[in-house]
Amino acid sequence: MIYSKRLIAFVAVLVATSSLPAVAQEETTNDFKAFLSNLDVHGFYEIRSGYRTRKDKYEKDMSIMEQRLQLDLSSYLDWADFEVKSDIIGDLVEEQADFDLREAHVFTSPLEFMDLKVGRQILTWGTGDLVFINDLFPKDWQSFFIGRDTEYLKAPSDAAKISLFSDLANLDIVYTPKFDPDRFISGQRISYWNSNLGRLAGRDAIQRTAKPDRWFRDDEIAARLYKNINNYEYAFYTYHGYWKSPGGQNTAKTLAIFPDLNVYGASVRGNVGKGIGNLEFGYYDSHDDQSGKNGNINNSELRFLVGYTKEVGKDFTAGLQYYVEHMLDYSRHKNSAPSGLTRDRDRHLITVRLTKLLMNQNLRCSLFTYLSPSDKDTYMRPNINYKVNDNLAVEAGANIFFGDYPSTFFGQFQNNTNIYTALRYSF
Amino acid sequence: MKFPSTLTITLVFSAALFAANAPNPPEKIADVETIVNKANVVAYYQGKDGKAKVKMTITDKKGRTRLHEFIILRKDIKDGGDQKYYVYFLKPADVRKMVFMVHKHTDIKKDDDRWLYLPGLDLVRRIAASDKRTSFVGSDFLYEDVSGRNFQEDVHELIETTDEYYVVKNVPKKPDSVEFSYFNVSIDRKTFVPMKMEFYDKKNKLYRIIESKTVETIQEFPTVVKSVVSDLNTGSKTEMEFSNVKYDINLKDIFTERYLRRPPREAMR
Repeated sequence: MIYSKRLIAFVAVLVATSSLPAVAQEETTNDFKAFLSNLDVHGFYEIRSGYRTRKDKYEKDMSIMEQRLQLDLSSYLDWADFEVKSDIIGDLVEEQADFDLREAHVFTSPLEFMDLKVGRQILTWGTGDLVFINDLFPKDWQSFFIGRDTEYLKAPSDAAKISLFSDLANLDIVYTPKFDPDRFISGQRISYWNSNLGRLAGRDAIQRTAKPDRWFRDDEIAARLYKNINNYEYAFYTYHGYWKSPGGQNTAKTLAIFPDLNVYGASVRGNVGKGIGNLEFGYYDSHDDQSGKNGNINNSELRFLVGYTKEVGKDFTAGLQYYVEHMLDYSRHKNSAPSGLTRDRDRHLITVRLTKLLMNQNLRCSLFTYLSPSDKDTYMRPNINYKVNDNLAVEAGANIFFGDYPSTFFGQFQNNTNIYTALRYSF
Repeated sequence: MKFPSTLTITLVFSAALFAANAPNPPEKIADVETIVNKANVVAYYQGKDGKAKVKMTITDKKGRTRLHEFIILRKDIKDGGDQKYYVYFLKPADVRKMVFMVHKHTDIKKDDDRWLYLPGLDLVRRIAASDKRTSFVGSDFLYEDVSGRNFQEDVHELIETTDEYYVVKNVPKKPDSVEFSYFNVSIDRKTFVPMKMEFYDKKNKLYRIIESKTVETIQEFPTVVKSVVSDLNTGSKTEMEFSNVKYDINLKDIFTERYLRRPPREAMR
């Protein structure tokens, strides 16, 4: 399904880009020549391998074992910029070859105060560091947990982004004609807590979903209104679409579903003392369960984040964030949810980032930790990256999960704790 | 490589712009502050804006090299005052299309504002105002070399006037904030281009030299198009070469989030 959709999007972009300048034959030829002469080809080749450090009876011992070739083709004409970035993957865990079109878009500024980017693209906004409130663009949690480069946490959107600029404020509107969900934890590569089975599960119980997938009806719209005042960046956000990872299940409990979701939020970021501070909040209106009575659907929530980053030593940066999810109709949720499936009303999360650069900044040691005092679980991401020369980099890292309970957000992934190494040649 | 902490950009630019605007005849200039002010403007504020392509070659003591290439755009808010820098990376391949932006503030109480754009994640990150005396992208140039050390931070003394140069000794007002005890700058008497900077450590031993190797006049502005910094302690050196230098290109305000996410054509071509 994912593949056919990718294919359609890819073809659509190709058709769009190739037919647009087809006004006159000659013009087309000239444009084509210019397009070719401006063509820039870059990318990388990578080998990445990793293993689980504990036995997981629902998953393979290999957490990741793949070769990847990324090709990034870009070019431009007077009126537009073009980019196609695609990955070809030989995946030994899935025992298959895969093609992942990361980006395929056209960018143009039709008016002095307007930018337009159409096609497959990576989209990000908001102020959190690996914590997202108002950024409801698709994430690839599976890639994140098995040790792919952090870049792969962002999954592409098939969307149109319109940006309008003025002295008063700037406005971004992103329209996604067909819902782009997260590449969520389904059990395929990462074992998880299956509440219906009341136990951990993985390849034996890959989550089946009912995904909204009608073009132009099951669509998403996200907007950001923002302004920089004395280098303090203020933003307001709204989103109308669906929970990006399954946010409930059907009544028969056979399928995971993506209930309607509306989000309203705001953020500010700027210098505070010698560092950078950020504040962000969001109101998650779980629209299919506004009363909070439906135990099968996520409760509405308030989400709040405060963060601070500072250089604490030479080439040594530390970042701290506090994040909370507050359920709004908790008592009704608690009464209606099947016993044993209730969680605390508030989920508290602290993140700590430490990054140290050594050896003329060619060696980067970093540790990102998520720690939840309420869930009593922890997720740590140590990583060491060494640039051997201008093209070659080697890397080693781990994804370490622990927790007191098998059902909490990070605790459920305990058996997925893994270590990995990678070698990347960029060109 | 780290991105930037900061000043590097400024440094780079300033070095590029080690240009002098004022080919005044070498009249007697008694006042050291006038010399320092003039050299500062010549080095970092030529024209009202500018653009250059920079090739940076880092060579360690074993002769291994690393190459960085980037395009740098600069716009002055006020001569000798605040500036904005935009750096678009071309090489090495793993940082291609990355953008580093600085709003430099000369008010000694106000830290610079810095941003980094990571294209793979479409992420605009704010960078904490860091120690200005850290390396720019792993080179021997420090952020402060690129953007220009705020001359209000030092006490200046004219220690020698030769046929060619004014030699100014600079002693930091806050010695604990830097790793040197003082540095001497040889300023060309005709062009006011700083030709050589020599840094002395806390034991008064020379350990670091920045030299302007080639100066060309571009659009009437004396411009350093090749400079080298040598670290005598580590045996490492970094050469910076500037090409396609252009001044007064009438840059509009591209130093915003809009252009971080989609580099202006001025930066890319």
